[in-house]
Formats: sequence, structure tokens, C-alpha cells
Amino acid sequence: MTSTDPLSGPGDAMAASAVRLRGVTKIYDNGVAALGPIDLDVGRGEFVSLLGPSGCGKSTALRLLAGLTAPTSGSVDVARQRTEASGTHAIGFVFQEPTLMPWADVAGNVRLPLTLANMSAAEADRRVTAALAQVGLVEFVHSYPRELSGGMKMRVSLARALVTDPDILLMDEPFAALDEITRFRLNNDLLALWRDLRKTVIFVTHSVFESVYLSERVIVMSARPGRISAEFRIDAPEPRSEEFRTSADYAGFCRKVSAALAPAYEGQRA
Amino acid sequence: MSNEAAARTQAKSGQASPLRFVLPIIVFVVGLALWELVIWLNDIQPYVLPGPWLILQTLVTDWGVLFDSLLVTLLTTLEGFVCAAVGGVAVALLFNQSRLLEYSLFPYAVVLQVTPVIAIAPLLLIYLPQQIAVVVCAWIVAFFPVLSNTGLGLNSVDRNLAGLFQLYHATPGQTLRYLKLPAALPYILGGLRIAGGLSLIGAVVAEIAAGSAGAGSGLAYRIAESGYRLNIPRMFAALLLLSAAGIVIYAVLALVSHLVLRRWHESALGKES
Repeated sequence: MTSTDPLSGPGDAMAASAVRLRGVTKIYDNGVAALGPIDLDVGRGEFVSLLGPSGCGKSTALRLLAGLTAPTSGSVDVARQRTEASGTHAIGFVFQEPTLMPWADVAGNVRLPLTLANMSAAEADRRVTAALAQVGLVEFVHSYPRELSGGMKMRVSLARALVTDPDILLMDEPFAALDEITRFRLNNDLLALWRDLRKTVIFVTHSVFESVYLSERVIVMSARPGRISAEFRIDAPEPRSEEFRTSADYAGFCRKVSAALAPAYEGQRA
Repeated sequence: MSNEAAARTQAKSGQASPLRFVLPIIVFVVGLALWELVIWLNDIQPYVLPGPWLILQTLVTDWGVLFDSLLVTLLTTLEGFVCAAVGGVAVALLFNQSRLLEYSLFPYAVVLQVTPVIAIAPLLLIYLPQQIAVVVCAWIVAFFPVLSNTGLGLNSVDRNLAGLFQLYHATPGQTLRYLKLPAALPYILGGLRIAGGLSLIGAVVAEIAAGSAGAGSGLAYRIAESGYRLNIPRMFAALLLLSAAGIVIYAVLALVSHLVLRRWHESALGKES
């Protein structure tokens, strides 16, 4: 872990925004220009979706924010609301796959970030139980990942991201592999969590419907290299529910976003 | 070859039916009966080919000598196995930490593996005390499977999980303990299962080499010695004990592997679970 830490950005200068990208590009070693340049600001407690086709750099953007990879140029600033106390971590990351350790039970998986922070057992137990309660999996605390359904594994993954009480939740197409019914349920649960916790959420997806349903703001990206091509504010009454999913407003937003997304797919073979 | 067969047996064990146990036993009994019959019909002398019954009798009457020798061989096997297990895992970890070290030394590990141990044993017996030389032989043959399997396991860590550890600023020690070693565990156990049988083979080979020099006390030495004395029934009895020892070693290691992995790894689960 010797790489420079992009998480330790200047805290005071960005009181309003949780995340700020300026002129960020990412060119991989093989010469592929994956991203940028892009500028992006995400406010505290905002729910933003990055929407685009495969290869538009949306996952790369997320990995940059998480500090998992460094930008080729530009600046990545992620605000921390407080100094990193034991066991708290500014960022929670949910991968496309659940990414659970198969050898550890649910409690062991959720506890991992706290174990790595050397938190005391009592405090860690309390937090693990709380995080599992947030995703509704308390009774599965001693199950192993292979004993869980895809949706439940994703919930464990979400609980693990929440257990450090992060300021920012980065989600990389977390529900893409799930069936529709499960995805709708997890969408609703995620919205409920967001209403309760008011974390900043940056949600990567390639589903127009998902992005419009969840977010306050949808950022449409185009590919090669990944750039921001359009931005939509989804002004819908809260709390959103299945009612919103079937409303004319929702259909209207989806139509607008789809229209903006269409050029990104032009020239691509299906 | 025996490993592969055993692996297949295990893979299918989910659909165990009584036939799977009864049939091999029937084949075994019929085979022994035929053997006894051929010897009786042709009046073959025991110093040419002893019958199963005589071998069993020899096993009982010579039990004192044979059992002492078995303990000697098993001790050699165990020492070689433990050295190979500890050494193999440790060297694989070093290789995993340092690419330079791996590039420098791995070819020699391969050389150690591909050079037939039967050819090295006489040399080792010249330069090392006999008891140490046999352990070194057992170690040489058992070391490589542990090394290469552990290396494979350490390199098979899920990329996203590795990213997660990076995200939470895990120290190299934590990454090793909580990620790399658990991820490599099924591979390490697989390597150990191969190494168990191989260290017995290494011990036997070394004892035979030592036996031809007129020294030693292990089971393989008893086989060589009995051969010189044309005590063929005792050769068979000793061979029987060696086979049994090999089977027990494999079974114990397979059981340990199953117990360790049963909660989470595919290999230890039934077909449908």
C-alpha cells in the first residue's frame, strides 16, 4: 500500500462537494485511453448514477475515486467528513460481483474491514450486527456465501461496505447479475438505506431504468475515451417507490435519458 | 495415476451405492482365491511365489521384525513430509513476495524434481549420515508438489478481493493471513496429499539404496534383505505393509483436507448443495 493516497484530499476547500474530479484522464499501460478528460462534482449526500455503455470508463472512474488506480493526469479529490478513526473508512465499495471470501461466514465477511483496522472484538461485533440489520440479514450471520442466493450475497457485500460507516458509497453495477424482481427489491432497499443514512452514493450502471429510478442526478457517459456527454436531474417526489416506477414522470425521464444515451451506442455493433 | 483414480472416486462419492464398496471387495477375494488355486494346482514352491495365506501367516509370525521396520520407515516418511510441507509452503511464500528470488531459484526446484531420486540416493548416502540421507530423499520428492501447488494457490487470489484489501489499506501481513493463505489453502492441501504418498516413495527408495550398501532397518531394507535370503513370503508381507501404510497416509490427508474445506470449498461439497 505504498501508492499515494488520493483519499487525503484537502478537506476545507471542498465543503460542499464530497467528490471532485478535475481534468481526469486514465490511459492504461497498453495505450488504451479509458477515460477523460472529465470533470465531475458530487455533493454531500447526493445519489448520482454514472450511466453508459461498456467501455465508457464508468468503472474506471469509480476505481479512481476508490484509490484502486491512479489517474494519468488531473486531480481526484474525495472529501472526508472526519479524521479516520479506528474502523471508520471514508469509502465503501460494492463490486459487480459480491466478492465475498468463500472461506468466511457472513459475519467474517462483513467484519473484514474492521479486522483490517484492528478494531476491538466487542465494538466490531456491535457494528457487524448493526450492518447486517440494515440489510436484513441478521439471521444469516453464520451462513457461508455458497449457502446464500445471489441477492443475499449482494446484501452481504453492501453490509460490508456500510460496516465502516463510510461517507461515500461507490457501487459498480452491483445488481447487474441479479434477476429483475430481486433487483427491484434491492433498489428499494438501497433507496431506503440512502434516505436513512444520507451517504453520498455514486452508482455505476448500464440500465437507464435503474439509474432514473434511484438517482437524483444521472450522468450519461460515452465511450472511447470515456467522457460525460449529458447530465439529467431527476426531480421526483420522495420517497420513491413502485408507484414512481410506473408513473408517467418516470417514463418521461427514461425516454430523455435513453435519447441522450443512444449516440453513445452509435457505431457499436450489438 | 493412483491420485487421479482416487480423485475420480471422490468426485463421484456423492452418488455412493453399496456396489461401489462391494464390487472391489468381491474382485479382491476372487483374485486371492485364484492366486491360491494356481499355486495349489501347479505346486509352486514358496521361494518362487508364495500364496496369500502363507503371506498372511508370515506377516503374523514376523510381525515383531516387520512392525519395527514399519515404524522406522514411517518415521522417515513423516520427517521428510513435514520438511517438505513446511519448506514447500515457506519457499512458495518467499517466491510470492519476491519475483527476483523466484526467477533465480525456481529452475533449480524443477531440476530437483525431475532428477530421479533413485539416482541421487547413493550419492546422498556417501555424503550424509544414513538416517539424514533417507529423510533428505523423502523430502526431495515431496517438496516440489507442495511448492508448485502453493505457488499456484497464492497466485489464484480473486482480483476484486485483492482490490478490497487494497481499499482498506491492509498491510502485507494482513493480506497474507486473511486473503492469500486462505485462498491458497485448497491448493496447499492438494499438494500435501500428493506429497504424503511421494515422501513414502522417497523413503523407500532411499532405504533400498541404503540396503544395497548393507545398512538400514526400514521396511524397504527388509524387502531387499529378504530378497537376498530368498525369503519371498517376507518380501510380500513387507510389501503388503508398505501398501497399507501408503493407503493410510493418503486417507488421513484426504480426511484432513475434507474436514478443513467442507464448509466452503467446491471440492469438499456434494454435487448438489
